Amino acid sequence: MSINNDQPDLQRRDFIGKTVLAAGAATVAPGVLLTVANAGSDEGVSSAVRWGMLIDTNKCVDGCSACVEACDKENGIDLIERPQGQSDEMWNAQRPQWIRKVKLRDTQTGEISNLPMMCQHCEHPPCVDVCPTGASFKRADGIVMVDRHICIGCRYCMMACPYKARSFIHQDIAEQLTSAPRGKGCVESCHLCANRIDAGRETTACQDACNQEGHKAILFGDLKNPDSEIARALKAQHSRQIRADLELNTGVRYTNV
Amino acid sequence: MIKTQYRELYCSSPRYWGGLASLAFIILVGLGAAFYMEHNGHFVTGMSNQIVWGLPHVFAIFLIVAASGALNVASIGSVFGGPMYKPLGRFSGLLSIGLLAGGLVVLLLDLGRPDRLIVAMTTYNFKSIFAWNIILYTGFFTIVGLYLWAMMDRKFEQFKRPIGFAAFFWRLALTTGTGSIFGFLVAREAYDAAIMAPMFIIMSFSYGLAFFIITLMAAYWWADRSIGDLRLAKLKNLLGVFVGAVLYFALVYHLTNLYVTQHHGVERFILLDGGIYTNMFWIGQVVIGGIIPLFLLYSPAFATSRFAITVASLLVLIGGFFQIYVIVIGGQAFPMNLFPGKEVLESSFFDGVVAGYSPSLAEALLGIAGVAVSMILVAIGARMLRVLPESLEDPAEGECV
Repeated sequence: MSINNDQPDLQRRDFIGKTVLAAGAATVAPGVLLTVANAGSDEGVSSAVRWGMLIDTNKCVDGCSACVEACDKENGIDLIERPQGQSDEMWNAQRPQWIRKVKLRDTQTGEISNLPMMCQHCEHPPCVDVCPTGASFKRADGIVMVDRHICIGCRYCMMACPYKARSFIHQDIAEQLTSAPRGKGCVESCHLCANRIDAGRETTACQDACNQEGHKAILFGDLKNPDSEIARALKAQHSRQIRADLELNTGVRYTNV
Repeated sequence: MIKTQYRELYCSSPRYWGGLASLAFIILVGLGAAFYMEHNGHFVTGMSNQIVWGLPHVFAIFLIVAASGALNVASIGSVFGGPMYKPLGRFSGLLSIGLLAGGLVVLLLDLGRPDRLIVAMTTYNFKSIFAWNIILYTGFFTIVGLYLWAMMDRKFEQFKRPIGFAAFFWRLALTTGTGSIFGFLVAREAYDAAIMAPMFIIMSFSYGLAFFIITLMAAYWWADRSIGDLRLAKLKNLLGVFVGAVLYFALVYHLTNLYVTQHHGVERFILLDGGIYTNMFWIGQVVIGGIIPLFLLYSPAFATSRFAITVASLLVLIGGFFQIYVIVIGGQAFPMNLFPGKEVLESSFFDGVVAGYSPSLAEALLGIAGVAVSMILVAIGARMLRVLPESLEDPAEGECV
């Protein structure tokens, strides 16, 4: 066996030391710069309101998917092209679905109910808790959404969401709306049409579509304003949260389910 | 007492460079696979909005868990003062760094936006267990790096014990963090259990030691050095204890779940009618990863068989891989119960049905490349640093007792 390394190689040690130092500086410096650049961000929305929804499942009609189509159109989801050669099953499993229709039967009584499922805009959202970068966040007005500038696509929020409300963008995006930007490799979900609310409007696309069909199953509004239609409706009738056992205090409530 | 001489891992050039070249080839193929997935997007994988973490996560978690366990041998040597383990401490540190690096490479390359690594390193949400893990991983590299230094440089001899202690606690924290990634997921029935954290720790003991035994034997075979029977017997018996402990934790985990009516569905799925997941659990995790290795390790028929130790260690790793597969993929495949007492008749988003997942070749290649990254780092490290004793022959009688 050769013994050609009997003496400690000082040059090598020196080199390793300097490399570690340089790598450390390269890791830390951009972070410092970013933090400095981010200081003094502008004002956000007000916490005096909390946006929420009340869904009357009795009014939600079997076979109607007006809310889903309206959401797809409003948020440019219908612009996403199906990759060539992808099976129906994979397409359904991989394409984004911000809102979906679910049909249920009570295993005891056989009662049938229909309802739309989407992000429930929890007061204590598990997706926000688990997000490593803080990309998943809750606005002061209660809307839970994803900052797609800092989403790294780790998908931990999708693991944590009890409602399967989140979608990952699995392919390149050719066309998109300015009001609903998206990119491959990030996670997204229903944000209660935040673009509309921020522009001063007070209805969501799904609600408009449902009203247009004459069903009026979706009621959107400010939960904190006691005079709002939704607050009065919630006070007058019994409603429930999906998976109330988790005590997430959802912003979306259901009646007759 | 004979002083342990450490020497760089020298073997004939074709043997060494040939080994490195084949590992580098595997890594290149894996990088190609990662590029293919990132370039096209995840639609080319088997992953979906239903199974969001796929095969790469299984590989990554497997390697990360094994990494912290591989450090155990060093901890036994310097924290608990086991003289038989002391000469193995350096290699144990190197292996743990290699395994962690391999696991993290896979984890990173499976992100939706791996180009945003700098965001992950600079923007933290401290309530996220994932964010803690990023800190735990970087800290692990630093502490184990210093630990290696203290073990190798006589000038820093006095720091060996305190850093050894720090590394020991850090590795416990790291695996607690990895286990808690699942333990803190309240929504999914297969997770949401505090036992996940200690279970991951005991899994790490077992996988890490199995990795250690295999790489140690491989390195000594590579360099034509010798390992004593007594030393191998110690490692082997320890592995047996860990394998038994992993089985015990799996038993407690499932018994607890079986007691809770709400969890009967998921238990039925994993233990009885989950198809591939049930097979992986019983055949993969319990028989291949538990019962057969225990038999090989403890049966008097194989008491001195090195082949049996190697096979047992390999089976522990294969069984461990299945165990993590069942936890990660099986736990996601079982549908979340959004509407207790109701059955889902229609949904466009697979509510109430078992989600399908067939991993693509690219995912597997990326995962295997992660293992190759670990092994190439260990091979290069062992060649450059004096981590392996020239001889691991058993000490003369009475020296260690």
